Amino acid sequence: MADKVLMKGNEAIAEAAIKAGCRHYFGYPITPQTEVAAYMAKRMPKIGGTFLQAESEIAAINMVYGVASAGLRVMTSSSSPGISLKGEGISYLAGADLPALVVNVQRGGPGLGGIQPSQSDYFQSTRGGGHGDYHMIVLAPSSVQEMAEMTVKGFELADKYRMTAMVLADGTMGQMMEPVDLNFEVAPAPEKPWATTGTEMKRKHNIVNSLSLVPEELEKLNIARFERYELVKRNETMYEEYMMDDADIAIAAFGIAARVSKNAVNEARKRGIKAGLIRPITLWPFPDAPFKKAATHVKQFISVELNMGQMIEDVRLASECKVPVTLCNRVGGMIPSPEQVLDAIVKASK
Amino acid sequence: MVVYDKPHALLDVPLHYCPGCLHGVVHKLVAEVIDELGIEGKTIGIAPVGCSVMAYDYFACDMIEAAHGRAPAVATGVKRADPSKVVFTYQGDGDLASIGMAETVHAAARNENITVIFINNAIYGMTGGQMAPTSLVGQVTQTSPYGRDPKLCGYPIRVCELLSELEGPEYLERVTVNSIPHIRAAKTAIKKAFTNQIEGNGFSLIEVVSSCPTNWGMTPQNALKWIEEKMLPYYPLGVYKDRSNGEVKK
Amino acid sequence: MSTKQYLFSGFGGQGILFAGKFIAYKGLIEDKQVSWLPSYGPEMRGGTASCSVIVSDEPVGSPIVTYPDVLVAMNLPSLDRFESKVAPGGVIFLDSSLIEREVTRTDVTVHRIPATKLAGENGFPTLANMIIVGKILKELGEYNDEGLKAALAKVISAKHADMMEVNRKAIDLGASL
Repeated sequence: MADKVLMKGNEAIAEAAIKAGCRHYFGYPITPQTEVAAYMAKRMPKIGGTFLQAESEIAAINMVYGVASAGLRVMTSSSSPGISLKGEGISYLAGADLPALVVNVQRGGPGLGGIQPSQSDYFQSTRGGGHGDYHMIVLAPSSVQEMAEMTVKGFELADKYRMTAMVLADGTMGQMMEPVDLNFEVAPAPEKPWATTGTEMKRKHNIVNSLSLVPEELEKLNIARFERYELVKRNETMYEEYMMDDADIAIAAFGIAARVSKNAVNEARKRGIKAGLIRPITLWPFPDAPFKKAATHVKQFISVELNMGQMIEDVRLASECKVPVTLCNRVGGMIPSPEQVLDAIVKASK
Repeated sequence: MVVYDKPHALLDVPLHYCPGCLHGVVHKLVAEVIDELGIEGKTIGIAPVGCSVMAYDYFACDMIEAAHGRAPAVATGVKRADPSKVVFTYQGDGDLASIGMAETVHAAARNENITVIFINNAIYGMTGGQMAPTSLVGQVTQTSPYGRDPKLCGYPIRVCELLSELEGPEYLERVTVNSIPHIRAAKTAIKKAFTNQIEGNGFSLIEVVSSCPTNWGMTPQNALKWIEEKMLPYYPLGVYKDRSNGEVKK
Repeated sequence: MSTKQYLFSGFGGQGILFAGKFIAYKGLIEDKQVSWLPSYGPEMRGGTASCSVIVSDEPVGSPIVTYPDVLVAMNLPSLDRFESKVAPGGVIFLDSSLIEREVTRTDVTVHRIPATKLAGENGFPTLANMIIVGKILKELGEYNDEGLKAALAKVISAKHADMMEVNRKAIDLGASL
């Protein structure tokens, strides 16, 4: 394909964001996502956009809050420690029902941790990350092409549901290069009559706010928000099934872990073991359905993760613990090898 | 004949402030300036966390409630989204000079084209009277019950002086509102701060030395006196930086 | 189906990532599925650098190359680290101007190329990497003028267009060995 280009995952995110109409980016340097900021720094001034290196991740997410209040598509990106700092702002975005895109190119933790790939922010992302009852839509790409597509999807879903969407990648996804086709359709941003763009003396003032001191009112707001979340669950859950029809052993894996697992599934099939893979693409909402279905015919789930076992809890919940769910993992920046996953499959098949 | 009218930019709703609180005065000054400059329709205000958190219910322009201390960052986003809008933050001393110091300093350093109204009353009001970054040495608060001891918690921060060392900001002035002449001068300063923004000159911050009768434990009259006798000697009034005439007060 | 897994390794500054990128682009131009994954972080600055490149007729699964079919080792630590990982029947290309020891494996093919020395002698001291690339293309039967030109055009930005010719020279020198 002549018009396909090789791009790093981080660059694909940046270019896709621009395609999606994002003209405001705020960030702070941190490995392994800095290429997003560098790309934006180069491109934004040339297309009349704003790139601003903020004084901190906290400032960056609050600048995002400002642009989102003004009704424009806006994003920030960071890696694990920086996302913790953004947690405050993400909670406020949720409380004020503002659409925004946050990218987390995960690295090993906790604390300063390391800079190599990890998936140890699964809980943080899927449970909200900051204080209060809320969710983000969490998208987990497993190729550079999907890094681009999920970025666009993130903007669209964020606008549609007035939520923060997160692209949850990892160091491998951010740093690797693959061919990318950026010729895709982007839904235009909807009208945002709630945005604080100035009254023009033609309407009552708009207020963007997460404060509500009357408990009865705040309860209503929370319930209404979760009704919206139910719609997201119903309409936007995404996953991929690979060789699951007749599978005896099902791998659960997302992102880079799913890529590794696919190799292992192929190898297992060569050896006559009926292995399959369920790859959640939305981590929140989590795709319960394929796990529930698989629980009727597989004898074991193996959750392959770059952490100490986080998604495994959702696999257990989704499959209602009908069959054993085991963990196959590496942590601290290590990645499970296809051989390690294959061993786990072979063990489970016995 | 109309002798007195409420500014249009201030909504006709009851304010929640304590008796004797000067937030109402400063709100009115800001609203009058917005009226006089005819900018209500294109102004977006950012409310802080603190006593003036509900300022979003009082101003008639579009309003955003920011996280504690983050108003300058939020304002940066709003202004960058549409530079033709007029964006102001309204922040107290805990918000601006404690938890939000980084956002304040960097917005000033960038000469972000926004207007900051900074209310310095040397105390955390909303949470019930704790020590602020601007509480005076010896000042008794809930969290400095024996008086602010510099050995334990250092010295109060003079924000205008601090920011005046930066190359970035356009205009820094400290005013107060404890008397009619001071209120008039404060309004002139606030108007200048908004005008600067409209003219594209950059970051203007007006520090308003204010009171908190409730948490200072004083009558409103005594609080006004306390401003004069205790606050102003440590926080001298005046212009600390005005790039239009190269003025930097040392 | 054919899948080729490359591991390029050496010191930071030897053009390890660039050589890998060239091979990936050449694959892309020839309608293959490709992935390129660098080691990243502080180890790039002066320490060892490496990158995994996969060129395949099938969609690429894991982009991490653990058992390369083709190992490029441009310094001794890289050979020490990766020699044992090369897939049986695989090929090792090493820079013999920087690696004196012999490869101990007997189930792999070894090409010793004095790349750094040749690069210096021929007036392009920074292009030892591309001499090795030329040798790879020749040995794997993938040297073709059109693909080469197109891949070079992709990896060398317009700003550095003047580098095109000398890169080509280095590749051709490698292919002539």
